[in-house]
Amino acid sequence: MNDLFRENIMDHHRHPRCHGTIENPDLTFEDANPLCGDRIRMDFRVRDGVLETVRFSGHGCSISQAAASMLCEHVEGRTLDEIKNLGREDVLEMLGIDLGPVRLKCALLALKTLKAGIYGVNQWPGEDEDGAL
Amino acid sequence: MGAPGIVSEGEVGRVPAPFEPHAVRRDFPIFAAPRERPLLYLDSAATSQKPRAVLDAMERYYTTCNSNIHRGVYRIAEEATALYEDARRRVAGFLGAPGPREIVFTRNSTEAINLVAHAWGRTYLRDGDAVVLTPMEHHSNLVPWHLLAAERRIELRFIPLTGSGELAIEALPGLLADGRAKLVSFVHVSNVLGTVNPAGEIARIAKERGATVLVDASQSAAHLPLDLRELGADFVVCTAHKMLGPTGIGVLWGRRELLEAMPPFLGGGEMIREVTLTGSKWNELPWKFEAGTMPIAEAVGLGAAIQYLRKLGMANVFAHDRELVTYAMEQLSGVDGLRILGPPADRRGGVVAFTLDGVHPHDVATVLDEEGVCVRAGHHCAMPLHEALGVPASARASFHCYSLREEVDALVAGLWRARRLFPRAERA
Repeated sequence: MNDLFRENIMDHHRHPRCHGTIENPDLTFEDANPLCGDRIRMDFRVRDGVLETVRFSGHGCSISQAAASMLCEHVEGRTLDEIKNLGREDVLEMLGIDLGPVRLKCALLALKTLKAGIYGVNQWPGEDEDGAL
Repeated sequence: MGAPGIVSEGEVGRVPAPFEPHAVRRDFPIFAAPRERPLLYLDSAATSQKPRAVLDAMERYYTTCNSNIHRGVYRIAEEATALYEDARRRVAGFLGAPGPREIVFTRNSTEAINLVAHAWGRTYLRDGDAVVLTPMEHHSNLVPWHLLAAERRIELRFIPLTGSGELAIEALPGLLADGRAKLVSFVHVSNVLGTVNPAGEIARIAKERGATVLVDASQSAAHLPLDLRELGADFVVCTAHKMLGPTGIGVLWGRRELLEAMPPFLGGGEMIREVTLTGSKWNELPWKFEAGTMPIAEAVGLGAAIQYLRKLGMANVFAHDRELVTYAMEQLSGVDGLRILGPPADRRGGVVAFTLDGVHPHDVATVLDEEGVCVRAGHHCAMPLHEALGVPASARASFHCYSLREEVDALVAGLWRARRLFPRAERA
């Protein structure tokens, strides 16, 4: 079986964590990957520099949705400083797979949305060090 | 096929041999290249594979007479020029153009449409004019007009889609009624729906009302017998890499009087007759539109591709596409939760796009890739069409002369596997 469909990814895809929306969120951001139409919205509740609650919604391939689920589960309850330090490698580690350049964007859309929502840094994670992304 | 015209090397009147796809496939080296598992290529609408004859012709040019054209007076430069211009004659003959001077080489269909938008559009379209397009256009026949519409007040109008993914052409006279629509530009065969649009009829309606007509033949030129004289359009564009030829070269055919009246598109060498420090006079057709050193080897490759297609017989190619798409649609319709986009098989070319309920097209393509099946997933450069169909993306299988029923069988088997991996109930 292809790594892309390994059990942890399929589990998050079928049973996404932190899925949904927040009523009157402190911050909200929506982003899309125009290449494939993947779309992720994240709502945030922040208290004293801590991301208290995050909920994501949207649609897309199993990689994009599973990565969003894993990332949200990972960041909930963490400080904004901790979140600021997350990079593409962290997401790839959560997924536990190697990805080609096309599917890499699927995996990183959630992190891009998270960082844009919280910091207004709207660029593909890792773009600085690797223009090929 | 009904396109004699100007051809070389006794291509006219050759009776095509009986069409046998397995034999055709052996002409395409990529299928014999060593790899882990056989290549099952169902993405010919994106780009076609290339027969040995095309690769050989390009190599022959590079190894025997590589030199720049229209410049050198030495022998190999004359040979190269002859090859390049012979390719143009073959294109003219293949399309049924009145003559090779109306054949302009471009980089691809996209550049050909941009050429028309710049050179014709900027000359003839004024504030308040309209351009009629369709919702099933490839971005290449939308964005050049968006760019023009951002510069001057040009209204874009669209022939509506029917529920079956065809054009409601009964709406066209209404779109042209106020006389403001100066151009009708539309795709001959949709790269997503496979719909074969009634190009001749659309052109006739448009011309009767004084509009100029551009046909995007990217998906039709190498898939069905095309005859410009029957089509009745003013501009036709196509691209070699979808026609068994190389990337990097495309074709614009235009009526001579239109091309004559248009200013150049790009400026540079070759497209001029005379240059002073402060001005220049344009070259004649078609070179007026071919600035800089052109893709010579690619033109030679396109010429060889056309010769190959003529040997196959375009009626044979079309019949083969139709047979495969009919078979594919029968087989696909049995897959649980699969929705085919577009019209019935008897009204389409060799293209079938679909969605699988609860499985993103990217995941469909990834599962299929494991079986060695190459399909396209995404919006296929037709975002407005997907919007109109109410799906964010689709997966697409498309065929050419070398495609086999066995590839369709592998596609269907792979889709059943995707279905098992992503059960419907869990996605409810």
